[in-house]
Amino acid sequence: MSKVSWYRWLVVVAAVALLELLCLTGVIDKITMQPPHLIARDFFRIIVSGRMNGAILKTTTNVLAAFGLAMSVGIVAAVFLHRKRTLRDTLDPLFATYYAVPVFAFYPFFIVVFGLGDLPQILIGFMLAVVAVIVNTLNGLDRVPSVLLKTARILRLAPAETALRVTLPAAGPYIVTGVKLAVAYSFIGVIGSEFILSRGGVGYEIGFAYLNFDNATMYPLILLILIASIAANSSLSWWERRLLERRGMR
Amino acid sequence: MRPRWKGWVNATILIASLIVVWQALYLWVGESALASPLATLRYTLRMVTNESFEGHLYDTMRAFVIAFFFSTAIGLAVGFWLGFDRLSGEVLEPMIAAVYAIPKLTLYPILLLAFGLGLSAKVAFGVIHGVIPIILFTLAAVRNTKPILLKTGRVLKLSHSQTVRWILFPAAVPEIFTGLRVGFSLTLIGTLLAEMFASQRGLGYLLMTGIGLHNIEQVMAVTLLIVAFAAAVSYLLLHIDRRLHRRAQA
Repeated sequence: MSKVSWYRWLVVVAAVALLELLCLTGVIDKITMQPPHLIARDFFRIIVSGRMNGAILKTTTNVLAAFGLAMSVGIVAAVFLHRKRTLRDTLDPLFATYYAVPVFAFYPFFIVVFGLGDLPQILIGFMLAVVAVIVNTLNGLDRVPSVLLKTARILRLAPAETALRVTLPAAGPYIVTGVKLAVAYSFIGVIGSEFILSRGGVGYEIGFAYLNFDNATMYPLILLILIASIAANSSLSWWERRLLERRGMR
Repeated sequence: MRPRWKGWVNATILIASLIVVWQALYLWVGESALASPLATLRYTLRMVTNESFEGHLYDTMRAFVIAFFFSTAIGLAVGFWLGFDRLSGEVLEPMIAAVYAIPKLTLYPILLLAFGLGLSAKVAFGVIHGVIPIILFTLAAVRNTKPILLKTGRVLKLSHSQTVRWILFPAAVPEIFTGLRVGFSLTLIGTLLAEMFASQRGLGYLLMTGIGLHNIEQVMAVTLLIVAFAAAVSYLLLHIDRRLHRRAQA
């Protein structure tokens, strides 16, 4: 392990130790937060007892649905927009200001239209994620070197073959950036909307535990979400970096 | 068409088509789920002129302004520090980027327990959303300052503070502005989300009571106001942002 990653772990360990100290000495009182070792103990209890499995399964399914939808719609839309210059220019202000608009503000409206099922949450995750996929895929398609496309034409590759053997590998690293953001945004969208108003899922359970002052459930679940999202993000960042390095872009 | 006008023309076409889509959706799903553009506009005008609305708007704006102030101050300070100190930057940057990917709504109960129900929790929630992009953009801007500029500073025997004032800051301004633009939107999103989950006043609160009362016009009017404000300010900032970047390249 490199020096930098040692330091990184050191920062994490020091932060947890500081929290533990503050909790044990009573600077942070028990109602606000439990000491980290108790959170860890409750975390294992919840995982072993399996009483949150239903919520975890529901959230995971919805995140995957939002992510899959965003990826497929996003890539198809990007390929289409890449060919239609005028339409792309018209939509440019939308893409540029999209992440300034609080997408969660549409959640109440989705509940009114679609009811309180899984669909509004998946839609919010999808809406947050899809534009990141479109923007990054377009960016990748713009950067496919034209000499490669010309070579493909000289070799008389079929369109499908060109897409698979030339465009996809060349645009790959940028598409992976889109994948990384899409995973993060699907997480944020689904869990966030579960938390605001829903009938189940990890976000809902956190909100429910909060309303009942049930810290023994709330903190372990927050920890679970932190671990899941940070693990997903770090591994995708690693993949992204490796792809870029292989092309000598870093 | 001159490129200067092209952006505005595209934005106008986009807004017009969004209104057409909205009207079509209204005709499709009907009165019970969706208010028509005209009805929403009328309701919005009535709501804005209502006296109680001023209080809600004032509350949201106050929380937002304070939060943005803290996001900027903390973001610039930490960004400059991590940009200067290479080791700290290398250790902490990926960690901060990973925090960006977690669904921060789930952290809101912790903030509520720590700050109590009210202005300070809203501000804190706005800050944890907005501060991260400001840190990351400032850090990158400071780190990527052209070495030749710094060498010139050394040749001229500038002191440390003079280097920051006359070289680093002007060179980093376009990138820092991008960070502030993104931070602005995210701080607004954070503040509104905090109001949606737990508060007695503000625009986010109006949204949630709208659902509770099944008052579709209110939900849509508040959403319209928020989206219009966020998109307008963000488009303006983007305009300045692009101009700064162009000037830096010239």
